Order: sequence, then C-alpha cells, then structure tokens
Amino acid sequence: MNDSLWFIFINASLINNFVLAYFLGICPFLGVSGKLETASRMGGAVTFVMIIASMSAYGIHALLITINAPFLQLISYIVVIASTVQLVEMFIKKISPGLFRALGIFLPLITTNCAILGLALFQTNKGYGFLESFVYALGAGAGFTLALILMAGLREQLDLADIPNVAKGTALTLLIAGILSLSFMGFAGLGG
Amino acid sequence: MEIQTTEKKKGGFFESLQNGPATDEFIKGLWRENPVFVQVLGMCPTLAVTNSAENALAMGLATLFVLIMSNLLVSSLRNFIPKQVRIATYILIIATCVTVADYAIQAYSLDLHKALGAFIALIVVNCLILGRAEAFASKNTVSKSFWDALGMGLGFTFALLCLGVVREIFGTGTLFGFPVLPGSFQSWIIMILPGGGLFTLAIWLLVFNGAKERKAKKARAL
Repeated sequence: MNDSLWFIFINASLINNFVLAYFLGICPFLGVSGKLETASRMGGAVTFVMIIASMSAYGIHALLITINAPFLQLISYIVVIASTVQLVEMFIKKISPGLFRALGIFLPLITTNCAILGLALFQTNKGYGFLESFVYALGAGAGFTLALILMAGLREQLDLADIPNVAKGTALTLLIAGILSLSFMGFAGLGG
Repeated sequence: MEIQTTEKKKGGFFESLQNGPATDEFIKGLWRENPVFVQVLGMCPTLAVTNSAENALAMGLATLFVLIMSNLLVSSLRNFIPKQVRIATYILIIATCVTVADYAIQAYSLDLHKALGAFIALIVVNCLILGRAEAFASKNTVSKSFWDALGMGLGFTFALLCLGVVREIFGTGTLFGFPVLPGSFQSWIIMILPGGGLFTLAIWLLVFNGAKERKAKKARAL
C-alpha cells in the first residue's frame, strides 16, 4: 500500500465515514445519539475498543496465514473482540469506577457493534501493515465519534421542535441521518 | 411400524400448522413484529446492500439461512449451554453458520460475493440473529424455533426487497437488471447513494406509521 498515513486517517474518518457511508454501527448511532454527553462517551469507548481490536486482528491474521487456516478468520475475530470488550470493562472498573458507571450498559453492547468487526475485516482486505492499521482504527473511531456527536447535537435541538405524529421517532432520525450522509459526500473531493 | 410413526408425526405437524402456535410464530415475524419496520433491528445490512433488488434478495436469503441454522442449533442445545457463557456460545454458533454461508455464496456466484463484500461476514453482528437466539430459541422447542426463524427471516427478506426494489427502480430504472422505466427517464443517482437508503427507509416507516395511525383513528371513531 502506498497510501500515506494522513490519507488513511482522512479517508476513514471523513470520506468513507463508517456510519454515514458504510452504514456500520447504525444501531448505537440511532440508539445512543439522544444526548450529547452520552454520545461523546460512547464515541470514546468505541474508539478505544476499535484500536485494540484492530491491533489484535493484525496479529491474528498473520497467525492464521502461517498455520494456513483462513476459514477461522471470522470466528477468531469475533471471539477476540468479545473478550477485548470484557477485558476493557474489567480494566476500566478497576482503574476508574467513575468512568465505568458513566459508560454503564454501553460497554458490553460494543461487542455487537458492526463497525468494529467491519474495521477488522476491511483492514485485512486492504492488506494494511501494523502502523497503517493503527491509523485506520484511529480514523474510523474519530469518524464514528464525529457522526455520533453531530447527530446528538441535532436531535437535542429537535426535542423542542413541533413534529407531526407520524414522523416521530425512528423515521425522523433516519431522515436527518440521510441529510448528514449527503453532506458528508462533499468530503469526497478531499481524496484527490 | 416405521410408516405409522412418520404418519403420526406428519399428522401432528399439519395439525399444529392449522390451528395453533406454529402458524402464529410464523406470521408474527412476517408482519406484526417485522424485524426491520417494527423492531428496527439489523439496520446495517438493510441499508448497505439494498442498492439493487438482486443484492437485497441474496442478503435476505443468506440471513434467512443463518437465522434458521442458528435458531435450530441454539434451541436444541439450550439445556446444555451454561447460563454464564450463553452469549459467547451463541456468537460462536452464529459465526460458524455465517462462515458456511460465506463460502457457499463464494462457490455459487463470485460476482454476487464481490457485490455484497464484507457484509456477508457482518451477518455475525446482525442484532436480529443474536436477538432471536437470546429471546426465542433459548426458551422454546426446536420446531417452534424453526417457525420463528422462518417467519423472521422471510420478514427480513421482505423488508430488504421493499427497499431494494424502490431504490433500484428510481436509481437505475431497472428491476432485477431488466429495464422497467422508459429510456427517457433520468435516473436519480441519490437513490443508490448511501443517503438514498436512509431516505427510502424513512419514507417506508412514514407510510407504515401513517397506516397505523389511520387504523387507530378508525378504531377510536367506532
């Protein structure tokens, strides 16, 4: 791969934003974007797990290639992600009980966040090296957090608006997400 | 002797189909508890691969297969799986089924595999499948779980087709690759872009909400 690290970061966070262009991690995007504060915390937690999962996926991929068992890829990735989330949970609980209480239920739910498994699969498909994977994970996490915070800001404003009954709830959120996704397409020019 | 037992089984099977819980489990997934439109589960594949009707159908059928396999396995093993590690076990079962589906699609049609990309592998984290395993298959018999999976899977496929058909007709002017709109039609590029998926789903939800509202109003008027 000849891509510079900076390009990988911009690509993952803005041009091909995981949430708005690939539709990965839509569930937390719709579920946790009600309040600005929880949204930014969730973004932080997901970015953290993404970086660890991406690093481990790089190691696993190398191992599976040497023992010639690529069909185990999916199973081992998901097991590693699930156990990483468990480890992170225990680690945070020990180091900072305050943060642990603040994140609450969101931590275990990260396991079924498709953005993380998607990240691991994409970086394998693209053949990124160790440093490139790290930057890719960082960019994807930043993009996820950015989308979540934007959405939360919009939804906090909308709480005060007068909305017809039919459009309340998911339908309205999806419409806003669609407009956000269109506006993110403007970043496509950055790729050059 | 053997024939008799199979006949007996068959009778019981059809009986349960006609007047009872099996049909109910089957129907509820199709409409009343439709995974996409009512429960809003499994959004990632719903939005990402529905830019053409063919992709939507393939994705729906792959999910249906994984859902049936995982529901059958989970419900038949439900008495052996320790409670503490049940989620991890379910995910392992699902990941195995998905790997099988992934390789099967690759062998059957490489083009389709390329079009769906990583999203076949991402069936593992489709909340719908884990949700059914945890909420239904882990508590019910094998045959009930099968009907539940079939109904939910078909309901999911139906929802994907709803989106895929609309997006393909307006986005490219075709349906399953055959042109359906006159040549003078200027295709709406937005429909095959990511934003179009979100808008289409939002509009379907608005339509269903509107229908529900009207029904409720009628019931109140009566």
